[in-house]
Amino acid sequence: MTLYADVRVSRGAFDLSLDLTVEPGEVVALLGPNGAGKTTALRAIAGLLPVGAGRVALDDEVWDEPPRVFRTPDRRPIGVVFQDYLLFDHLSALENVAFGLRARGVEKHAARAEALRWLGAVGLASYARSRPRALSGGQAQRVALVRALATSPSVLLLDEPLAALDASTTLHVRAELGQHLNRYEGRTLLVTHDPLDAMVLADRLVIVENGRIVQQGRPTDIARRPRTDYVAQLVGLNLYRGTATNTTVALTDGGTITLAEPASGPVHVAFPPTAVSLYPEPPTGSPRNTWPAVVTGIEQHAHTVRVRLDATPTGPTTLLADITPAAVADLHLTPGQHLHATLKATEIHTYPS
Amino acid sequence: MSLRQDTRTGSVRRRTGGQLPLVLLLPALVGLAFLLVPLIGLLIKAPWSTLPSRLFSADIWQALRLSLLCATLATTVCLLLGIPLAWLLARASLPGRGLIRALVTVPLVLPPVVGGVALLLVLGRRGLIGERLDLWFGFSLPFTTAGVVVAEAFVAMPFLVISVEGALRAADPRYEEAAATLGAGRWLTFRRVTLPSIAPGVVAGAVLCWARALGEFGATITFAGNLPGRTTTMPLAVYLALETDPDVAVVLSLVLLLVSVVVLASLRERWISGLR
Amino acid sequence: MFRRTALAALAAAAALTLAGCGNDSPAASSSGSSTTALSGTVNVFAAASLTGSFTQLGKDFEKAHPGVKVNFNFAGSSALAQQINQGAPADVFASAAPKNMDQVADKNTPTTFVKNTLEIAVPTGNPGKITGLKDFADKNKKIALCAVQVPCGAAADKVFKAVGITPQPDSLEQDVKAALTKVSLGEVDAALVYKTDVLSAKGKVEGIEFPEASTAVNEYPIATLTKAPNADGAKAFVDYVLSDQGKAVLTASGFDSP
Repeated sequence: MTLYADVRVSRGAFDLSLDLTVEPGEVVALLGPNGAGKTTALRAIAGLLPVGAGRVALDDEVWDEPPRVFRTPDRRPIGVVFQDYLLFDHLSALENVAFGLRARGVEKHAARAEALRWLGAVGLASYARSRPRALSGGQAQRVALVRALATSPSVLLLDEPLAALDASTTLHVRAELGQHLNRYEGRTLLVTHDPLDAMVLADRLVIVENGRIVQQGRPTDIARRPRTDYVAQLVGLNLYRGTATNTTVALTDGGTITLAEPASGPVHVAFPPTAVSLYPEPPTGSPRNTWPAVVTGIEQHAHTVRVRLDATPTGPTTLLADITPAAVADLHLTPGQHLHATLKATEIHTYPS
Repeated sequence: MSLRQDTRTGSVRRRTGGQLPLVLLLPALVGLAFLLVPLIGLLIKAPWSTLPSRLFSADIWQALRLSLLCATLATTVCLLLGIPLAWLLARASLPGRGLIRALVTVPLVLPPVVGGVALLLVLGRRGLIGERLDLWFGFSLPFTTAGVVVAEAFVAMPFLVISVEGALRAADPRYEEAAATLGAGRWLTFRRVTLPSIAPGVVAGAVLCWARALGEFGATITFAGNLPGRTTTMPLAVYLALETDPDVAVVLSLVLLLVSVVVLASLRERWISGLR
Repeated sequence: MFRRTALAALAAAAALTLAGCGNDSPAASSSGSSTTALSGTVNVFAAASLTGSFTQLGKDFEKAHPGVKVNFNFAGSSALAQQINQGAPADVFASAAPKNMDQVADKNTPTTFVKNTLEIAVPTGNPGKITGLKDFADKNKKIALCAVQVPCGAAADKVFKAVGITPQPDSLEQDVKAALTKVSLGEVDAALVYKTDVLSAKGKVEGIEFPEASTAVNEYPIATLTKAPNADGAKAFVDYVLSDQGKAVLTASGFDSP
């Protein structure tokens, strides 16, 4: 069963028109700047906002099709994780998770047992009786997630699920969220403005600008071939999988990256293109990550130039570097040119995959 | 209450200790004195020497019991009708909401005696609705304890509605949305999410409502009359005592005052602090 | 307390000065017993049951004494007595019962100026089929009486004791007007009120006289007050109430002459 969402909403000058599908087991990220209409789309799918025109349906089960059909949220098989979680303060963590089951008619004891099982699945069984206010940000996020999942929804909607967390917990929670989403068999729609969240968590990206889809596809494809400046900046991220041993990461597609902090096991490694510098000769002082590389492409953006490089065999296969137009002139950059690329280890983000 | 907070957050007080408090403190103290001085007057005038013997009059306890019973029942009526009304005013999109809100406050503005007459015109034996009640069920509200409850509820309801509506407006409606996405219908959402989140407002409104009902005089005596044991509440007893024996009136007032202060203080402690 | 006394003294002094000015230019009085021209205001504290007749009397009095203004404070007699004792600037006190007059300390000798007798008031058409006092003991009839603490209640109590009937009231009203309202709205089948009250609500209530009413005739005393800010005005007003013109107005309202 596929979720079809042809969402059209007009509010004053703002006009949203998105056509989305989400397959079972698929995680689709709706990525875009604030005010692009992502959350509006999510609310329309949840039934918190009727669409002005279009159609929302799970296969042939129509949820919203003006002017005839509108199912209220409580009659849609959905689970929603809100940006600031919206856990009920007057209920314990357990009662929060059991709420949806109770609302859907599950008997009290069975609901509580099931809720406890879910809390156990995210390692929070011992917090069952805690009030949401007593939980840390990461814990609250997990409670919100299992509250949404406890009713076994057909569609899971996540609205900026990591935005309320501080940077240090985000890494960990993001990885964990990824694992839960992998296990979830329903359809997941993730709304985020953070490209990293989108690229790590989603199977497919849908990039929204001013209420319209500007590009969609697999994260790597979009990163490789951004169609607009905005997308290029948004997903202009060097992101690799690899296996870490102490401070060295052996990348899955070949090459190694040296980290500032030790790590171990399967990891994601990410850094922005601005962290990469290019030199005609091997730089002195030998920064830890220095690779000989070949220029494979040059793209002119508004204020920077994005250079695509191939750093095999010592570095990544595809490496993006953002440099100034002046530096382009200095280096006399042309495709096929041989250069030396260095990466500041301090700008590398690592998180378990 | 606010004094206690001051001492708890001593650093705040020290920081703002410069110029702000005097501007606020002076009128605050004048205001407090304004409210307390009449009370002190009552205490001074109280016939302390004969107080114990006067207190053990059966009439007082009968009136007090009736007062507490009626005020509590009236508050219950206000809760049952007032919370849904407040919800309607705060959440529903209904035309002429401003006008309805203004009308809800009418019992506050209306002299209670006029309110009592209005109730008689509607619910009295010859009233618009009262006549039917009498005809069909042989039941008439005036001169009954139920009539006292109706009169008190009429006068006290605005306090509850205004307080609860304020709480509802301040409450974040997104929690209700969250409940809806979890499969809760509107009634379940209201019961399990909305109501608990506005509990402090409901309690505050109920306390005001109860206090107003307890002191109700004009509408009660006009609508329900005055018969000891059935409709003579404390304020009525106080008023009539004033006609002949002001000392008794003072004693009655003190009893009413003491009971209400004890009840309100313990409620506040228990509820407001417990919820914070 | 001290300040209030001072204020009262000041007011009295002012009144005296005004009165003094008036004395300088004697004018012919058109009516009443006053021979000196009066001025200023006369504050009359009068029982609520006198509202209609005294308002009329006040107008007549002002016409007879141009330059004089009569201010009325109508309320329950006991409330008025307390206000006067607490220093309210009253010139004349007209009470609905001798008892309340007795409560006022600083007064000149009171005079009974009218009498009021009780009457049974029933809604127009007498739906409760009330025939006499015995119906007040019928539990099936809705009955309102004045509370025994207020004059009309005390009078009713006296009547019932005299005839040996134990009334079964549904309500003991706080004053006679409240009892009358219950009758005029049809909430009760009967109430015991004053003849004057029945007259004042003509059209909405009917009166039934009963012979035992004579056992509890209510006397209305009137007196000037010793601390009256306008002593001359006070005396003139009381004289006017006791005059033939005054009596005519009062009888028209249903009061009996003493």
